[in-house]
Amino acid sequence: MPITTAFQTEIQRVSILDEHGQFDAELGDGLISNDDLVRLYEDMALCRKLDEVAFKLQRSGRMGTYPQNMGQEATSLGAAYVLNQDDWLVTCYRENCGLFHRGLPPEKILLHWMGDERGNHIDPELCVTPIAVPIGTQMLHATGLAWASKYRNESRIACTFFGDGATSEGDFHEAMNFAANLDIPVVFFCQNNHWAISVPGHIQCSAPTVAQRALAYGMDTIQCDGNDLFAVVHCMKTATEHARKEGRPFFIEGVTYRLGDHTTADDARRYRDQDEVDLWTERDPIVRIREHMKSLKIWDDSKEAQLAERVEEETSAIVQRAEGIEAPNDDDFFTSMYADLPADLRRQMDTRRTSSIGEDPSQIENPQTA
Amino acid sequence: MSERTLEFRDALREAMSQEMRANKRVFLLGEEVAEYDGAYKVSRGMLEEFGPQRIIDTPISESGFAGMAIGAAMMGLRPIVEFMSWSFSLVAADPILNNAPKMLYMSGGQFGCPIVFRGNDGAGGQLGSTHSWCVEGMYSNVPGLKMAIPAFADDAKGLLTTAIRDDDPVFFLESERLLALKGHVPEGEHLVPFGQALVRRSGDDVTIVSFGRPVHFCLEAAEALEAEGISCEVIDGRTIRPLDLDTIVRSVKKTNACVVVDQSWSFGSPGSEIAAQIHQACFDDLDNHVMRVHSADVPTPYAWNLEQEYLPNARRIAEAVRSALYVA
Ligand SMILES: Cc1ncc(C[n+]2csc(CCOP(=O)(O)OP(=O)(O)O)c2C)c(N)n1
Ligand SMILES: [Mg+2]
Repeated sequence: MPITTAFQTEIQRVSILDEHGQFDAELGDGLISNDDLVRLYEDMALCRKLDEVAFKLQRSGRMGTYPQNMGQEATSLGAAYVLNQDDWLVTCYRENCGLFHRGLPPEKILLHWMGDERGNHIDPELCVTPIAVPIGTQMLHATGLAWASKYRNESRIACTFFGDGATSEGDFHEAMNFAANLDIPVVFFCQNNHWAISVPGHIQCSAPTVAQRALAYGMDTIQCDGNDLFAVVHCMKTATEHARKEGRPFFIEGVTYRLGDHTTADDARRYRDQDEVDLWTERDPIVRIREHMKSLKIWDDSKEAQLAERVEEETSAIVQRAEGIEAPNDDDFFTSMYADLPADLRRQMDTRRTSSIGEDPSQIENPQTA
Repeated sequence: MSERTLEFRDALREAMSQEMRANKRVFLLGEEVAEYDGAYKVSRGMLEEFGPQRIIDTPISESGFAGMAIGAAMMGLRPIVEFMSWSFSLVAADPILNNAPKMLYMSGGQFGCPIVFRGNDGAGGQLGSTHSWCVEGMYSNVPGLKMAIPAFADDAKGLLTTAIRDDDPVFFLESERLLALKGHVPEGEHLVPFGQALVRRSGDDVTIVSFGRPVHFCLEAAEALEAEGISCEVIDGRTIRPLDLDTIVRSVKKTNACVVVDQSWSFGSPGSEIAAQIHQACFDDLDNHVMRVHSADVPTPYAWNLEQEYLPNARRIAEAVRSALYVA
């Protein structure tokens, strides 16, 4: 027998609550309590509303570029729900819902996109990292964070989020390789929303699933309906258990779709068909949960109306908090630049007078000229 | 000569398109360059004209497409590599700094590297510290590469055409903030040779040397200083490597005072190098040491007010000029 099978496998796909309201009781029962379900639904509703509000802020010139989360709320939310509060949540830029669930004040996200560094000044207790816009870098950071926890014999793990496009970066492959070969407990969560700006998924990955990329690194992997909160929670439970018990990484591909533009600087109508958007609109993760809660008799139209009112009030309070903060001043140039600001920079800070900001260096010593 | 005006971005596209029509070896690749017409619409319509074989949307793999383009250049093709932003070229540091500029040298002349890396460079668009790199500060340090940095639409076309025809790797730095700037651009073949600075404004009291977007800040400052009776000569360097020191020296010998304006950080920068060279060449002609205006020595601030103050703006340039001339 000269030719044998060296390796064979399959990629599992998890779906529990589908877009038609079909619920798989065997997998789904007891996964999320009714109380929690209501709370998670409210999280998604707030996130969706804030997305809308942020979009309008941008259009009226009160915010810079903003990337909408619409349609992708269930992925990061399901992850944050399953993770422990001290597990690292290492996101890129489309995970508002999970971050809010973790406890990040929503005005921080608004502040960031309004162009204020203070949006990334985050309470260390939250165990989240700053918004990562350079594509892919955060996956290696997550691997390093989890590696450090292991080094210190802590039980914390890390979960990192990234898009389908990000899987083309070397950082992705290097992070996956490290985590698998060095036994590092990281959950890699790919939000496959089918597009990287205008570039369709198959340009980034020509395999039928992104999930199977993990196999090449010897990492366990699964695909789920990313618009199905139950499926996300199920996969996250499997992944975190694996990470904690085996000390090994795990890969989840959440298949989802961004219903909005890439960012407010984009117009997605230029490169994708309305039919596709319509199809995914019907698969909306929020609508699905709402209908399910109604079928469980734990939700009704009056509760929905009350929630809408509450969310309206809450978002305007969030905007007020974000816009109410005073503009940063010149001293903030130097804030957090070094753990210990070196003397030459301290002099720049004290005098605002150095060759690098256009002044006569001979006058540096004399703050009077400042 | 017609007075046809074009936007800076269209001048760039015209250079690429004309060269692609004339030479089948030239092609364009990068993130979003095809279907999307480029993140900043520089390659608008090029996919339609040249097809997907020559206008190539890449995966988000800067190191990958930069490295592959180097291989293609070694085979005699002439790739134009667009970085959506030069900030993202940091991911590709090894191929662009460690391979491209040394390929000819290390292969004893066998493998050339006729490649253009181009994209948006510099701060000013409130993109935060990771997306606002002025790579001229770091990259101009590397021997083996050329670096062009146009400030006006006609130079955008003329310098890019020269870059595409150049047999060595050219780093071509565009400012997003200038892309909509209009100016007269010659219609046919238009070449601006490398290493030739241009006097943008003549004056007698002080020489202001800059390149790229800050040239506009210098002209603004010169205008304001004129009202104070200070006559500024503004030199647009146009290329950093090679550097046209002669034009600068000729001017400084006339004015006896000099301010160098460079949007990169001061430490180990083109500005510090140019100042050192001027000191050496014009030591006896200078009435004061060369002043430099750079971006502040901190990560690019995100907030609008801080970013404006961080940049080498017209106010700071005017202050430096007064200081150079001992005007209180
Ligand atoms: C290193 C780097 N290259 C390019 C970009 C520009 N960029 C920003 S978002 C994006 C698309 C990312 O797509 P994906 O990873 O699928 O995430 P999505 O936006 O779809 O959530 C690109 C190319 C960047 N920010 N960083
Ligand atoms: Mg995507």
